Amino acid sequence: MSSLHEFQVNVRVAIARARVRIKGTIQDPAWMIAEMIIPMFSIGGFILLYRALGAPASYSGFVIVGGAMIAFWTNMLWGMAAQFYWEKEVGNLEIYFVAPISRMAILLGMALGSVVTMVLRVFGIVFFGILLFNVSLNIADPIALAIIFALTLASLYSLGMVFSSLYLLWGREAWKLNELLVEPTYFLSGFFFQIRGNAAVPLALQFASSFIPMTFGLDGLRKVLVLGQGLQSVLLEVSVLAAFSLALFVAAHYVLAYMENLAKKEGRLTLRWQ
Amino acid sequence: MKTIEVENVSRIFRISSEKEILALDDVSLHVKEGEVFGLLGPNGAGKTTLIKILATLLLPSKGRAFVAGHDVVKEPAKVRRVINLVSGGETPGYGSITTRENLWFFSQLYGLPKGESMKRIAKLSEDFALQEYLNTRTHKLSTGYRQRLNLARGLINDPKVLFLDEPTLGLDVITAKRIREIVRNRVKNGSGNSILITTHYMVEADQICDRIAIIDRGRIIALGTPAELKKMVSKQTIVSIETQPIDGGMDFISSIAGVNGYSQTDEPSIGRIKLKVVLNEEGALQNVIQAVSARGRIFEITKSEPTLEDVYIALVGKGFE
Repeated sequence: MSSLHEFQVNVRVAIARARVRIKGTIQDPAWMIAEMIIPMFSIGGFILLYRALGAPASYSGFVIVGGAMIAFWTNMLWGMAAQFYWEKEVGNLEIYFVAPISRMAILLGMALGSVVTMVLRVFGIVFFGILLFNVSLNIADPIALAIIFALTLASLYSLGMVFSSLYLLWGREAWKLNELLVEPTYFLSGFFFQIRGNAAVPLALQFASSFIPMTFGLDGLRKVLVLGQGLQSVLLEVSVLAAFSLALFVAAHYVLAYMENLAKKEGRLTLRWQ
Repeated sequence: MKTIEVENVSRIFRISSEKEILALDDVSLHVKEGEVFGLLGPNGAGKTTLIKILATLLLPSKGRAFVAGHDVVKEPAKVRRVINLVSGGETPGYGSITTRENLWFFSQLYGLPKGESMKRIAKLSEDFALQEYLNTRTHKLSTGYRQRLNLARGLINDPKVLFLDEPTLGLDVITAKRIREIVRNRVKNGSGNSILITTHYMVEADQICDRIAIIDRGRIIALGTPAELKKMVSKQTIVSIETQPIDGGMDFISSIAGVNGYSQTDEPSIGRIKLKVVLNEEGALQNVIQAVSARGRIFEITKSEPTLEDVYIALVGKGFE
């Protein structure tokens, strides 16, 4: 099999896996409603609080952006990183690992499928945010918005690929890692308030938040989506997110191969009980 | 030509720092092109471990194995291009999409073009009588049909080497029979395909396998054609005894002089126990009858032709548990 053919097969696998995920989601519309409506409660709470405190109007927009992007973070953790565990439980993991394909193609397919459905959720949250809380957005540079959004997702799902390798080895035990990463990341990334450059946040915390791609994604999105800034003002975020994406994608390739080998050695790849 | 070669393969599972399990112990065998090769043994004998090593899902602790000439440890990608694996009792796939969509998805794992993929889906759905369920979401299918889908999935890439791990486990009689036919048809007429099948159903192994390895506690204890294996017990006498349940169990049979081994099947619905006793000499039958009748009533005694079960009893001293 030539490298080109191998590449083509892997692209088809990614598309096929994405298609399965999208179809599955579309056939369950109740899930979409729950995904759009329920987050509005926490988003609404923060908006009302900021308004009561007399915070600038842009803060409401910040909350909407954060609330929408939470979807991607939780989806990356539970819908992608943990996916190998679920696939193992239903017997699909063996099939993937017996097939002559890249594991990255499967994960990429899951990510692509998730992005499509999550984008619907984001539009829903933004729509309801505008409708219910009269939040105004200010987009001056749509290209900058597209770049920041794409890089945020690329870095996020590359991180998900790295995490997914842990599920190959640890199975359900890796859940604890997910649980550990939910609330602290909500806090450190500043989903509902800005972290970097915020005088109220200690410098050590600001430094710690720099290791999470989402922090830069949120900062960049807030600048181009709420504050009406252009590409020039988000060059730092673009650079950092591009570096995160590349480094994490390459790392995922090697970490997955290493973990797969370790799992085969220890016999953990196909055992269900773990 | 050999499509599978296993050379002195051992596999140890480390359960804890103090406990290890030797799942495979110095196993060597080969499977020829166009052959259905059976691994026969009780649960925990090491059958699935060997299949998983050959399917590149598990590394051997020792030894080497080759599939279609490729080393399963050093060249797993090359091995994966020519194999597929079906684990019986499994119902993989995605419930929220249809049978056709599931098969199409699995065909994409092997890079099949759309036309080719659709052709194979049509053929396999006919073989496994899935046509009327092609547009049904698979979570609505019965377990039996989901298992059929799993088997069809295993053939979607027309693998040169197919691994079947207990493929008829839990299936109804008709479906199981159909699957045995499909297995036999895959290797006939010089197709060049080979199948390695694990089973603990003796009759199934007898019907479809060209050669069989009997495996017990990780070791191959006998290997040959079904006829060759049965010949191993041709000089022994095999008797079936139906008796009432006996307090204290039937272990006393093993200690009777001239008894090679026995297996026991409980029939609680009719309040009987069916014993199969392998005797080294016919004269021992009298001793067995005396010992059993002293403990309970005997309803029937018949002499039987040797089966693979008798071979196993003769080799291990007991039946599958």
